[in-house]
Amino acid sequence: MLRPFALHRPSTLHDAGHLLDEYKGESALYAGGTELLLLLKEGFLRPAHLIDVKRVPRLNDIVVEDGSVLVGATATHRTIERSPVLGISCPIVPAVAQHVANVRVRNVGTVGGNLAFADPHSDLATLFLALDGRIMLWRRGVEREVPLADFVRGPYETARQEDEIVTAVRLFPWPARTTATYVKYGFHERPTLGIALALTLDADARTVVEARLAVGCVGPRPERLSIESELRGRTLVEVLADADRLASAAAESIEPVDDLHGSADYKRDMTRVFVRRALAIVGARAAGRDADVRYPHTVVV
Amino acid sequence: MSDIRTPSSSSVSFRVNGQMVTLDLPVHALLLDVLRDRLGLKGAKRSCDIQVCGACTVLVDGAPVSACTYLAVEVDGRVVSTVEGLAEGDALHPLQESFIECGAVQCGFCTSGMLMAAKALLDEEPAPTAERVVAYLRGNLCRCTGYRKVIDAVVACGRPRAGT
Repeated sequence: MLRPFALHRPSTLHDAGHLLDEYKGESALYAGGTELLLLLKEGFLRPAHLIDVKRVPRLNDIVVEDGSVLVGATATHRTIERSPVLGISCPIVPAVAQHVANVRVRNVGTVGGNLAFADPHSDLATLFLALDGRIMLWRRGVEREVPLADFVRGPYETARQEDEIVTAVRLFPWPARTTATYVKYGFHERPTLGIALALTLDADARTVVEARLAVGCVGPRPERLSIESELRGRTLVEVLADADRLASAAAESIEPVDDLHGSADYKRDMTRVFVRRALAIVGARAAGRDADVRYPHTVVV
Repeated sequence: MSDIRTPSSSSVSFRVNGQMVTLDLPVHALLLDVLRDRLGLKGAKRSCDIQVCGACTVLVDGAPVSACTYLAVEVDGRVVSTVEGLAEGDALHPLQESFIECGAVQCGFCTSGMLMAAKALLDEEPAPTAERVVAYLRGNLCRCTGYRKVIDAVVACGRPRAGT
């Protein structure tokens, strides 16, 4: 049972912004509701007004723009799972989207809602960090763009101002010759650990020229790890031979916290284990081998 | 529905299991409560109440949603399917027949949600593999842990249609 509220359904961003101003402090933006309605049920939020942004046209568009892909805020997980644009430009995104939560949540929950709620146990936030994601925020006709790394400030806390609307996330497709994996582990509804690793090789197919490694769910916010710099410039063979040490260094560099998914120590150790596994998976794929691996309670994309 | 403002209640018209209904609903009404308490459709169950267990699964325009965490006003102008609409009179839906055939029911609490999720899968993919069934039904929990037979039932139901 929910506490009563009024529902507003603006058909333009301008109207939505106007409503946000009018009901400042007593309203919440609403799209899929898969996060918001849970908080309303528990009474953690008690807005008198919900502002439904699903009727704003084009807010769920997925388009290519200047070498990046803009994913509209009200695109659902199922929309990105089936998006031909993402399938070509960032194929890992649809592949991961089909493992987010469950099919009911994916049918309803939106990309913008997922990121704006900043639940620390988010697949998309971790993955998008490895795609150098940037959040588009709209206020009174003016848009600003914030790197995802700055947008997510902590658990359920973002850089979004009360009168701003998340309109899209901008993703930057990885260069050619990039091999990647997203590995998530856990036995709750939300992941205990998520790791996105992407290695770009030189034309010689031996040297790592770019490395992206994001770890999420283990701490208050997803992080890009500093050991990325240790991967660049070395051959893939060297990196793989050094995987144990690199995985330990990765685990040392994160700031995990205790929560229902486990202790900080446990998450640090699982980070070590799964960074090592992610390196092995990417190594095998880059060498043209199918990394047919199965680990308990783990999804390998 | 081009109005910017919806007051705290709203007239909602939708088709449920083939029948048009129009209800005056508070905008904060949840679909599960409307189905169960206003329409007497008790097949969808309230259990976890946080979109995790799948006992309240119904289809909106063919797509599974958790009715427990879904505003009823969202179904205005749309088509809702619940387990009560699966059978045609005394003739059970092939999925229901398959569940019986395979013994895919233990206590039965999760069954309506399992059936609706499985129906959505078979509508999307007429002959899914066991692996696909497992992935699609990941969010439907059976506390009797009778998963194996549920998977068998869905795969078996898909199989005859594969060649048609």
